[in-house]
Amino acid sequence: MKKFGPVWTISPVALWIAVFFSVPLGLVLFVSFMTRGLYGGIEYTFTLDNYVRFFDPLYGKILWESVLVAACTTSLCLLFGYPFAYIVARSPRKYRNLLLLLIVIPFWTNSLIRTYAWIVLLRTEGVLNTALMKLGLIAEPLPMLYNDGAVLVGLAYTLFPFMVLPLYASIEKLDPAYLEAAGDLGAKPWQTFMHVTLPLTAPGIVAGSLLVFVPTLGLFFIPDLMGGSKSMLIGNLIKNQFLSARDWPFGSAVSIVLMALTLLMIAVYAKTAGNDRDGVI
Amino acid sequence: MKARSILYLVLIYGFLYVPVVLLVMFSFNRSKLNAVWTGFTFEWYGRLLHNGAVLDAAKNSLIVAAVSTVVATMIGTLAAVGMYRYHFRGKTVLDGLLYTVIIIPEIVMGIALLAFFALAGVPLGIFTLIAAHITFCIPFVAVIVRARLAGFDRSLEEAALDLGASEWQTFRHVTLPIIMPGIMAGALLAFTLSIDDVIISFFVAGPAGTTLPLKIYSMVKFGVTPEINALSTMMLLLTLTLVVIAERIRLRK
Repeated sequence: MKKFGPVWTISPVALWIAVFFSVPLGLVLFVSFMTRGLYGGIEYTFTLDNYVRFFDPLYGKILWESVLVAACTTSLCLLFGYPFAYIVARSPRKYRNLLLLLIVIPFWTNSLIRTYAWIVLLRTEGVLNTALMKLGLIAEPLPMLYNDGAVLVGLAYTLFPFMVLPLYASIEKLDPAYLEAAGDLGAKPWQTFMHVTLPLTAPGIVAGSLLVFVPTLGLFFIPDLMGGSKSMLIGNLIKNQFLSARDWPFGSAVSIVLMALTLLMIAVYAKTAGNDRDGVI
Repeated sequence: MKARSILYLVLIYGFLYVPVVLLVMFSFNRSKLNAVWTGFTFEWYGRLLHNGAVLDAAKNSLIVAAVSTVVATMIGTLAAVGMYRYHFRGKTVLDGLLYTVIIIPEIVMGIALLAFFALAGVPLGIFTLIAAHITFCIPFVAVIVRARLAGFDRSLEEAALDLGASEWQTFRHVTLPIIMPGIMAGALLAFTLSIDDVIISFFVAGPAGTTLPLKIYSMVKFGVTPEINALSTMMLLLTLTLVVIAERIRLRK
């Protein structure tokens, strides 16, 4: 079909992505090497200062803590998500679609609303504290909200479905014949798991971990709403540089670092999972 | 299934659903406190209908979602067809860019667009919201339509052409009907993504373009109220409807 050619199908997307994605990203890269103006504007003088500031212990600490929180969130989701995905993938066929739908629904549900649901549950006058006091188990409300634990719960809760769906996809593809074969050849269940199941479902594990790790770094509203006053992750740092501190060059540099971190992880993913990028989503 | 497995499923589904179910329940609660059930009421839903700021936000959300869905679905579908059918220079680059849009931390895209609009002198509002939403929806539509095209028997197109159909007729009467479920699923996904987006909208909305999630965000910052529960419940209902329709389309193929 030559008339309905590449020009008509490809130019709109190429043009749109160039203008509203490539140019803005290039701009962030450019601004990250500029100097902050006296009143919060951008002064067009080249500098590396914005990147050097990462070696300042204050910002280095934020970066390190963000990576730590993201790693904890990812581990929690994987630890609870793997057995869950396994059971769902091996459940009787007639229930499987329903069970899967029940994971897909939270996946598409607004993460802000899901965060709010936990605030209702955990706050000082919240459902849990009120219930525990009525039962006489505690005398005064427990400080369950506004600390790092609450942020971790909020993040793990929001991102759990993003871990489970890729895990499910790779576990469902796993042919049970391999497991039977391993068993017949004398492998103990944990040996089968370590040497057959785990390697064969590795693409799902890596894809799920990526889908949890990357958004964790950017979900600024969960630390904002559930964390204490000191809760500051890299997403909050970027947001503050752009909105309150009005230091766009530094905010841009932090974004570039976050972006580099993300691309690095994707490179690792591409290496472990071959080039099966369709598995990412 | 073993009892142990069933127990584990119940626990995890409980963890996923109990907070949301409580949130919905308290939207019908007579007490303002959101902690103890005191009786059934529709009062909080009624109040939402008289809250001008909430209605404005709902209007913005629907306009942005509708326009971005239509535009992103058209551009994304064309892109999928073009990339499936042709080899052209820069195809790998375009492919990589589309995947980057999907995987990039949303906050980076948000500030990039904010910087872009600010330096280009475009005032923030509905227009910038729509442009941003179209951008992050396009790759999702393209990926879904392309997956549909991948399982498509090309000889059908050849047969139509051999039988004398024009190229446009072949596309209109053979290709399009076959990939339609993919296009519909892509459009529903785009609509859901748009109506739920918080992070990117946060940066490009400006004071004039508050959407529903942004309104909820600013309300939650001031404290927990049953009105937020009611508003959240209505948004949950909308998402649920869209997901169920999308799943039915997906399972039909």
